[in-house]
Amino acid sequence: MFYREAGDFKTSYVDDSQTFPISFDRYRYYFVLFVAFALLPFMVDDYWASQILGPFLVFSIAAIGLNILTGYCGQVSLGTGAFMAVGAYSCYKLMTGVDIWYPAVCDGSRILFFWCSGRAEYQIWFQLPEINILLSILLSGFITALVGVFFGLPSLRIKGFYLAVATLAAQFFLIWLFNSASWFYNFSATGQITAPDTFVAGVQVTGAETQPWALYMVCLVFAFGCAWMARNLTRGSIGRRWMAIRDMDIAAEIIGVNPLKAKLTAFAVSSFFIGIAGALFFAVVSGTAEAGDVFGIQTSFEILFMIIIGGLGSIFGSFAGAAFIVILPVALRVIGTEMFGWPSEIVEHFQFVIVGALIIMFLIVEPHGLARLWQLAKEKLRLWPFPY
Amino acid sequence: MKKRLATLAVAAVMAAGPVMADLVFPSLSYRTGPYAAGGIPFADGYADYFTLLNERDGGIGGVMTRVIECETAYNTEKGTECYERTKGEGALVYQPLSTGITYQLIPKTAADGIPLHTMGYGRTSAANGKVFSNVFNYPANYWDGASIAINYLLDQNGGDLSGKKIALVYHNSAYGKEPIRTLNELSNKHGYELLEIAVDHPGQEQKSQWLRIRRERPDYVLMWGWGVMNPVAIQEAANIGFPMENFIGVWWSGSENDVLPAGADADGYKALNMHNVGDDFPIFEDIQQYVVDTGKAAGAGDQIGTVLYNRGLYAAMLAAEAARTAQEIHGVGDITPAQMRDGMEALVMTEERMTELGMPNFGPEFSVSCENHGGSGQGKVQQWNASAGEWEILTDWITSDKEVIMPLVMEDSEAFAAENNIEMRCN
Amino acid sequence: MPDQLLFGMEVALNGLMAGVLYALVALGFVLIYKASGIFNYAQGVMALFAALTLVGIMEGQVPFAHLINAIFGTKIHHLGTPIPEMLDPDVTIAYFNTEGAGWISWLLGGIGNFFIWPINNFDIVLALIFTVFVMIALAWAVQRFIFRHLVNQEPIILFMATIGLAYLLEGVGELMWGAEVKTLNVGLPRGIAEGVESVTEGWFGYGFFLSRLDIVAAVIAAVLVTALTLFSQYSKQGRALRAVADDHQAALSVGISLNFIWILVWSIAGFVALVAGVVWGASSGVQFSLSLIALKALPVLMLGGFTSIPGAIVGGLIIGVGEKLFDFLMNPIIGGATENWFAYVLALIFLIFRPQGLFGEKIIERV
Repeated sequence: MFYREAGDFKTSYVDDSQTFPISFDRYRYYFVLFVAFALLPFMVDDYWASQILGPFLVFSIAAIGLNILTGYCGQVSLGTGAFMAVGAYSCYKLMTGVDIWYPAVCDGSRILFFWCSGRAEYQIWFQLPEINILLSILLSGFITALVGVFFGLPSLRIKGFYLAVATLAAQFFLIWLFNSASWFYNFSATGQITAPDTFVAGVQVTGAETQPWALYMVCLVFAFGCAWMARNLTRGSIGRRWMAIRDMDIAAEIIGVNPLKAKLTAFAVSSFFIGIAGALFFAVVSGTAEAGDVFGIQTSFEILFMIIIGGLGSIFGSFAGAAFIVILPVALRVIGTEMFGWPSEIVEHFQFVIVGALIIMFLIVEPHGLARLWQLAKEKLRLWPFPY
Repeated sequence: MKKRLATLAVAAVMAAGPVMADLVFPSLSYRTGPYAAGGIPFADGYADYFTLLNERDGGIGGVMTRVIECETAYNTEKGTECYERTKGEGALVYQPLSTGITYQLIPKTAADGIPLHTMGYGRTSAANGKVFSNVFNYPANYWDGASIAINYLLDQNGGDLSGKKIALVYHNSAYGKEPIRTLNELSNKHGYELLEIAVDHPGQEQKSQWLRIRRERPDYVLMWGWGVMNPVAIQEAANIGFPMENFIGVWWSGSENDVLPAGADADGYKALNMHNVGDDFPIFEDIQQYVVDTGKAAGAGDQIGTVLYNRGLYAAMLAAEAARTAQEIHGVGDITPAQMRDGMEALVMTEERMTELGMPNFGPEFSVSCENHGGSGQGKVQQWNASAGEWEILTDWITSDKEVIMPLVMEDSEAFAAENNIEMRCN
Repeated sequence: MPDQLLFGMEVALNGLMAGVLYALVALGFVLIYKASGIFNYAQGVMALFAALTLVGIMEGQVPFAHLINAIFGTKIHHLGTPIPEMLDPDVTIAYFNTEGAGWISWLLGGIGNFFIWPINNFDIVLALIFTVFVMIALAWAVQRFIFRHLVNQEPIILFMATIGLAYLLEGVGELMWGAEVKTLNVGLPRGIAEGVESVTEGWFGYGFFLSRLDIVAAVIAAVLVTALTLFSQYSKQGRALRAVADDHQAALSVGISLNFIWILVWSIAGFVALVAGVVWGASSGVQFSLSLIALKALPVLMLGGFTSIPGAIVGGLIIGVGEKLFDFLMNPIIGGATENWFAYVLALIFLIFRPQGLFGEKIIERV
């Protein structure tokens, strides 16, 4: 009926190759952007911004990152949580001013210039100025990209599940590193990192006094930027190379795709997004973090769930999956405890059962995820009301 | 308080307005997840005390209490979600029972004006009320704990620990790292050698740590553990034949859950505690009569009298007493979080009051003031008797070494104040 | 001998024992992966579930008591007498006394006691049998309701399904039996093995520490591996199992029921999980964290290869010794708690040289 391509003529190649060639899709997209940018900031309150929309947007970015690696390039990674931690800790160091210290007195042994295993008194060598928060977040993305490329190197030899388990090496090693090397948390007694108050154009964006709309807007801008970038990357030649590697790497190599370049760029881009997500999550959404707790293997699995449920190789799927995994537990708890008044532990146990069952059900009913369902719905709509 | 930009109702979830005619005590519990074994008894005790007040006395000062239980699974994300969800219901005080969640909530509660009580955990330097207006950690904190353990050992050794070797087995997280600083300072003062041994979460496998202890032969082992790490450590200590009476856990490593899996091997293991143990107090008769027999006991009702149940009970009692104090100060029954904060700051626990409540000598006597949010910093040492299957209190209240701890508290809290531009109060 | 070397040997010996325990968990993964190409992440949770069920049966807990109480407002927890105890004939045979004897009689006595133990503890054996039935039922359900519908899906989808299964089982297990720490007392010995200590004391002048539980666990693992190998080599079902592992379709065409074999394999994996759960649960109590032992088994799998039973054993031993020795050597330099990641890094380094693991099948790719 109203959803159709008929009459939607294109007169130039630019028009023809745009992201949303069907006008209805395009208007819907503008409408969503309008709601997200112009309406929601006026509506969000603390709970929605910091518990639902903030985490949703941040995890969407992380899911896009993982989707590029897994969905587009076919390399399964279970180290997403640790790469988020890299983003978070680099952001912390950048926004508090990277310091190069030197253990003047070191009781243990000295491994690196900044790291003493025993009791130490540190002497400052030099310290960078504190960097603007938005720039810090971007830079942490680049740092994470470097780390990602390093841990992506084994992917040139190791494939499939072996690679998935190998990425766990990154997961455990990085978390241990952030937990043990006190330089990363500025030698605080407890190993917690806390984002200081920062301001962008006079508006507070980190710290406890941040207004909900500011928190939401920062996440939204980054999420939009990342999604836009990812969408266009995957449509271009680099995205095609990734997909060629995913579909069959030997064949791709034979037709002239350089697997080294393709895999490492996928790791770099993917880690860039994941790093941004980690930095945002730490600095803007939660405010404090501890490596082993929020960036543990559980988070890695959750992000993997997001892209599987959302749909591998789909940007829309990343958003849909993130929404599903972020909102479902909250919704179940609200329904269970507040509407039915069940004891909280039974609700929590049921939540495990339901999440588990839903994942299995999804995989059985629609292994290609929510994105595929969405696509099917669109196809149905195109024919409606006259299906042949 | 933070407000929406425009006051538009977003969803029905948030539309439920606060019911104001009661005193709301949220309980951020964890009855699931890796630390459930510790979370269940605490949450039961916390809930049962308020049920008792409602059933027996009709609430506090004539106003009914309401406990909102929210499951955190010891996960900071879920914990903050619980906080954000329940704070609008007029929550008076938060007790998250997790160091990670505490760190998340310190800035948030300060912004929202809701007090936070972290009883024997959380950020130690919050004891300095000049900097942390909303955070309380009476009656004792980790640094007190470390000092109490050392004071106890000093007492055992005739006041001299020089040349002794003390190992600290700790959970490699914010929580476990807390005492290191204090123990280092104390080792400078008393001349013992400190051996730091980290155990990563969850601590199922500790063979190499305990082989190291067997090699290095420390005179004493202190433990800062939580969850499965505790029973495994106790079992491993028994395996290497480490004398149990020289093995002392902090108060979070001293519950029945920690010693029972090791069976008879755990006999003689010691732990700190900040309150008394057992169910030999008049209040337990009331709990039996008003809570258990009426079928209103929280959870399975099988935890009554365990160490962590008593801790939950004690935490609830302190919260209720603070609420009562607040009611007296402000002359209203239905207090606000800000008034609750005033009540906590003016809290005085005396032996008479505890006896009145049916809990004689249950906790130490202490008073809270504007400067001091940390209470008296006293604790006891308890020992596990495996054949009787119960903890026995060995000592009277041991006071921590304030000379060493207070400068550390000041240093840390002042650094926090400088970082966050907090003005000193109480001048 | 220098002290450091002795300590190192002690650490390596303990690492070997720990490695056996890792191998025990890894074995369950290998079995399922070989037969059905499913990388079963739920193996750790299966160990938890099995151990919870065993404790529940031994103590006569009512399943789903929390749930029933919450819905009907009742207060039930335990049956009067656990069923296995009711059926226990109370026969006791004296154990061989091995204290203070030479190592030969120590060994023989140990073996004798190994066989006397089940007679004396008939109720535990019964509870174990009940638990095995529960695990078989679970295997059937998993096969019938999940993997039958996922035939011919990509491996990653199957893997995700097992993560879903892990969540599901965790929820069901805790709903069924509660989330408290439970003491699992099946009479496994504890403490230091004095025999080893006194013998090594005599040899080197320094008594090695070895836990009795570890020795028993190693024996159990050895018995289990031998039994599994014999089963797959000489029994009809075992051969069918290997045929399925080789080629599903060829196996199907010669009349092997895939369905049956898969249920069989999941049941065996369930049994292995039960053994792993009992051995680990005996030292730490049965609780949620038990499910995390799966993470200990993954590097073992990588190292040994996903498809090889000997690989799991050898991988386990290498990982066990490697991580303990690394911790021992590096502890003074970079601090402790390296075990969580070192195993993975070690496996990763191995893989760079041998991408299919030590004993894995060579990956041959054709365009």
